[in-house]
Amino acid sequence: MDQPVLEMKNICKGFNGIPVLKNVDFSVKKGEVHALMGGNGAGKSTLMKILTGVYTADSGEILIEGKPVSIKSYEDAQKNNISMIFQEFSLIPTLTVAQNIYLTREKKTSLGLLDDKDCEKKTEKLLEELGVDIKPTDIVQNLGVGYWQMTEIAKALSQEAKILIMDEPTSSLTKNETEVLFSFINKLTAKGYSIIYISHRMDEIFEICDRITILRDGRFITTETCSETDLDSVIQHIVGMEFDQAFEWKERSYATDVPPIFEVRNLSASKVQDINLKIQPGEIVGIAGLMGSGRTELLRILFGIDPIDTGEIYVNGEKKSIKNARNAIDAGIALIPEDRRMQGLVLEHSVKDNMILPILSKVKKGTFIDNKKSNDISNEFVQKLNIKTDHIFKQARLLSGGNQQKIVLAKWLANDPTVLMLDEPTIGVDIGAKTEIVEIIRAMAESGKAILVVSSELPELLALSDRVVVMHDGKIKKEMTRKEIKSEEELQYGIQGF
Amino acid sequence: MESKVSNIEKTTTPVFKGFEWRNYIVYFAFIGVFIYFSITLGDEGFLTTGNLLNIVRQTATISLMALAMTFVISTGEIDLSVGSIAALSSLVGALALQAGYGIVGGLIGGVGTGLVVGLINGLLVTKVAIPSFLVTLGTMGAIKGVAMWVTNTAPVPIVDTNFNFIFGSGDIGPIPVLLLWTVIFTVIAHVLLRKTAFGRQVLATGGNESAARFSGVNTMKIKLMVFLGTGLMAGIAGLLYAGRMNAGRFSFGEGDELSVIAAVILGGTSLFGGVGTIIGTIVGSLMIGTINNGLIIMGLDVSQQMIIKGIIIILAVAFGKKAMKR
Repeated sequence: MDQPVLEMKNICKGFNGIPVLKNVDFSVKKGEVHALMGGNGAGKSTLMKILTGVYTADSGEILIEGKPVSIKSYEDAQKNNISMIFQEFSLIPTLTVAQNIYLTREKKTSLGLLDDKDCEKKTEKLLEELGVDIKPTDIVQNLGVGYWQMTEIAKALSQEAKILIMDEPTSSLTKNETEVLFSFINKLTAKGYSIIYISHRMDEIFEICDRITILRDGRFITTETCSETDLDSVIQHIVGMEFDQAFEWKERSYATDVPPIFEVRNLSASKVQDINLKIQPGEIVGIAGLMGSGRTELLRILFGIDPIDTGEIYVNGEKKSIKNARNAIDAGIALIPEDRRMQGLVLEHSVKDNMILPILSKVKKGTFIDNKKSNDISNEFVQKLNIKTDHIFKQARLLSGGNQQKIVLAKWLANDPTVLMLDEPTIGVDIGAKTEIVEIIRAMAESGKAILVVSSELPELLALSDRVVVMHDGKIKKEMTRKEIKSEEELQYGIQGF
Repeated sequence: MESKVSNIEKTTTPVFKGFEWRNYIVYFAFIGVFIYFSITLGDEGFLTTGNLLNIVRQTATISLMALAMTFVISTGEIDLSVGSIAALSSLVGALALQAGYGIVGGLIGGVGTGLVVGLINGLLVTKVAIPSFLVTLGTMGAIKGVAMWVTNTAPVPIVDTNFNFIFGSGDIGPIPVLLLWTVIFTVIAHVLLRKTAFGRQVLATGGNESAARFSGVNTMKIKLMVFLGTGLMAGIAGLLYAGRMNAGRFSFGEGDELSVIAAVILGGTSLFGGVGTIIGTIVGSLMIGTINNGLIIMGLDVSQQMIIKGIIIILAVAFGKKAMKR
């Protein structure tokens, strides 16, 4: 009897001739929460973008309740009762809950004016049915993030959505908010709605989901029933057997008998607590953890972007007061940020201008910038890091992702930092550049610097780190030397908080 | 957000719920200004009916443009060209009357001029994707140039007394027609912003443009419409200048963009879009008119008025910004 509400069959999709999805099958039953899992680049988001009409599949078909449908735009998806729950960006913060839910679909009075009362009444009914404790007249921006999501879901349901896609829905929620969301999801499935749940958090998936589909490298691996599988086999399927040779860990030696070059003592701030960390000269420390575990936040705090509540930071044994990024730079700390396009580069500026930005004071001759000196430095780094650009005056935005990332690296290497912090250093970078960047980081460590790397890509973290600390809920939960970690699976366990 | 929330956090502003005093600051400020002038300038005739009606007459043009500007600013855009449009419209209207096209001809000329410039602004912002600040900074200069060029800076007198009555100097009983114009357009604008789908979509566009698009709002069309709106209202304001002064002149509306934007921001409309209030705008406009009037009675000249207005804008935006951070 079980006719799936949604079936995706033999979906193939490629970008620029590179296949991203290869004959993927995916089906969702009525009233189930179906987890979609896989590592970075496994093809989850591409598959969902095909389902919501952002991309069109090269081949394959989509069936809704057994009937083939064509989804070419988000509107098409909505017509087929599929709705994506966006994180928090698809609401108008300045309007009320009711106004948001019925935006562009308001009922009009006989005079053609908006009948807000009607929307409010309908919204009230909807919210009551869903058991959400907010008023239709509440202004969205005054509500907590958890309620934004529920407003979003209410909006989708008011548009007759039957299949809801949630992408990392708990990443910005607190524990309590997550529990509320889960009981909410249970209510929805009891009413016959289906939910596609994308997350990296295994504990949540085992708590809330009925079935799991796992993708790896754009291929369908398996669909399993949650109650009949376990963490081991899921991790096994996600990680696979292949091991990238380029990412093999090389045991490195560094001075252990000298005082640490970088030390953090009892650091607490709004999103991290009790952080203690020591890094030896030449040591690479990796930070593992889920999104929202405090990894990125810790780096931002150490770089003076977010304020410290309590705690001390020592560089070369000297206590440093870090109140802003300038203090951090002066203390010899550098941060390669997560989002190079937003935070790392001035895309419209040339390769050279980007590189010399943090070291302007060093390339000055009197009042003016010493052109020859800054050109020499830029050319030197272009060569050293093998940056593929015609010349140093080319705009940064015209370079590929990998080369852009190398500019960001050069930018900070030129400043010769003592402590180099990197947040997702190889995100969105092709495999060739990835290996090169890993080599650059290793070379930096060899020259006696302290390196702190945050990465979601475990193979990368394992290839680089001499020591891995695992963060969870803003705290350091576990610390392992690289030798103690036998496999990626073991690290996964640590990250999931087991 | 705090890391330890004992229960799910519902609202971030539980205290003073339903009363955000910042949203109402313009009303207090207006009352304050009014009382201050009543006390200090009571002997010089500030409180006489004649003077109060004068304030309404003098603010009518600013008020009308500010109503339309409320929509533009609510979408997160800005229109600096309103003063120049008013100048050109007053001239085109006066020239049409002079050429014998009558009141209807003058009306079509003046309003048409405003709509054409509004259309140019709107298309440049939406189709060519130039920031509205730059587009209207450009048209502000260009249209002013056109206004100076059509008559070689000479004023064009209007002898049609009916026109002058309807668009400016007339009184119906004790009520100046300019007051009627202001009231009528205020009501229309208020209903348009609060009660129609168009108004809702204006606020949605300014509140979060991409979300509005995903909800099916044609944000480009909305933006085009609001620029047509300021064009239209600046055109009418030009005719009101012409009617009140019995002439068309290139210097009408000079510096009005400052007063208009100040009135809107002072009224509580967010410069960042998404929040707009017509009643606030009208009170803001009346407050600026009252301050102008009071300063004139005090014996300050135009230059000193400009200084005060500039300071008011900065203070208003500073307050608006604090309200946004909340």
